[in-house]
Amino acid sequence: MSQARMQLPSRVQTGELVKARLLVAHPMETGYLQDLNGRTIARNVIRELTCDYGGRQVFRVEPSSGISGNPFFEFFFRAEQTGELLVRWVDDQGQQGQLRQTLQVQPPASRPAR
Amino acid sequence: MTLSPHGIDNVAQAQAAWPERRAICRALLGAAVVATSPFVQAQRMYSGTLLSLPQMMDPIVAGRPLREGGVLIDIPVLVDNGFLVPARVVVDSPMTEQDHVTHLYLLSQRNPVTQMALFHMGPWSGRAEIGTRLRLAGSQKVVALARRSDGSFVWQQTDVIVTESACVDGT
Repeated sequence: MSQARMQLPSRVQTGELVKARLLVAHPMETGYLQDLNGRTIARNVIRELTCDYGGRQVFRVEPSSGISGNPFFEFFFRAEQTGELLVRWVDDQGQQGQLRQTLQVQPPASRPAR
Repeated sequence: MTLSPHGIDNVAQAQAAWPERRAICRALLGAAVVATSPFVQAQRMYSGTLLSLPQMMDPIVAGRPLREGGVLIDIPVLVDNGFLVPARVVVDSPMTEQDHVTHLYLLSQRNPVTQMALFHMGPWSGRAEIGTRLRLAGSQKVVALARRSDGSFVWQQTDVIVTESACVDGT
């Protein structure tokens, strides 16, 4: 059912760099391959994939046929506060997909002020 | 055609038959070429045309300052399967408001589509690093081209040997 999976670190502190690993289930047809009847399969790749977090677009990629099927992306962003990551993508056929995942952010470990 | 003792007529006939045979040979050859043309096309797809580095980068750079280095491309030197090539690119940049990477292009020398991907990033990224999996149509150079916030470009290339291309249709 789910078309995408995202792996985030389970414990993140404010201001820390977060590594997100994103895997999307998509054939990424190049438009150069043929099916078993010799007909060319139309090109269908993800045109644009974005990730929003904390009211900002933290990641955006415009892939072409040069990205593998079931594309994988690894990117970084800075954690600010607990919030939802919204991944959205659209392909050549106009099909849209999205994934929502919450990033838990803890306040920085404060030293006892004495 | 058998030679008979009927004299010059038959010889003339035999000579006249030669152009016809040539025409048949030519037609057969033509048919053979047509029959193998998907193979030829696939071969052409595989070998592609290897673009030169200016051909790859000039449409993007468009005359702005360009410098080699400051980019690390992490791709295996020998790849078994061109359909899935793990790649990691790190650009040497502090990623501050004043000095950061805005765009990162991954370019292929041989693929039918030169620009494999365009990544947008900014100071919020914290680190100018991207990991993905590429599709490569044979052994070639892969170029990572990064646009910095001051408008200049940095680039780095790496050679990849692909033993099985991602364009194997019809072969």
